[in-house]
Amino acid sequence: MRVIRVVDRPFDPGEEIEHFARALDDVGALASFVGKVRGGGAVCQLELSHYAPLTLKGMAALADEAFERFDLRGLLMVHRVGAMKPGEPIVAVSAGARHRRGALLAVDFCMDHLKSDAWFWKRELRGEQWHWIEPRPEDHADRLRWAEKS
Amino acid sequence: MPVRLVFLGKLADLAGGGERELDAVPDWGALLTMLEPELADEVACERVRVAVNGTLVADKRTLSLADGDELAFLPPVSGG
Repeated sequence: MRVIRVVDRPFDPGEEIEHFARALDDVGALASFVGKVRGGGAVCQLELSHYAPLTLKGMAALADEAFERFDLRGLLMVHRVGAMKPGEPIVAVSAGARHRRGALLAVDFCMDHLKSDAWFWKRELRGEQWHWIEPRPEDHADRLRWAEKS
Repeated sequence: MPVRLVFLGKLADLAGGGERELDAVPDWGALLTMLEPELADEVACERVRVAVNGTLVADKRTLSLADGDELAFLPPVSGG
């Protein structure tokens, strides 16, 4: 079972994950991650854009790879686009597998790829200025960890 | 039908908008001359990928375009 969506309005990760978990009845392990707009800093707004002809195709290919590598029974990936305020969820990933290791690794794997290898662009409003965000070197390093292991 | 150009991320700021149309784009070299110099430099940069009608192009310098094609310029991404 796979649920892959790009949403352009606020979503409730708890609800998404609960629905997904309920539909997966033969797994021994379910791991989930929720990414939110960081608060407490100078960022007052975050905006994510994407390129529809590539985004879902790319996420589907990522899901294919995760299923194969981690022997998954289910995978949920919901990614927000549009304007967001601190505290709002940006992304939810949940993976179901027979055992915990596969589920935990799959979530980590998908997040590393969504950060720096999926068709999203992010900019932050700090004060009156918009700043485009590019992946940090550690984001690339995080993703490359998976290449060494294949 | 013209060729549609789509600029993503910071390229949209540089282009002054996310989309524009161009008539008769014979090849990559000609396309670069049809853009403002600063924008042309940026899209020519190795880190900018190109997709034609939703399919990534392996080597943008050899791309060929037909009327009605959508050409997207994709700078380095950042999601999550």
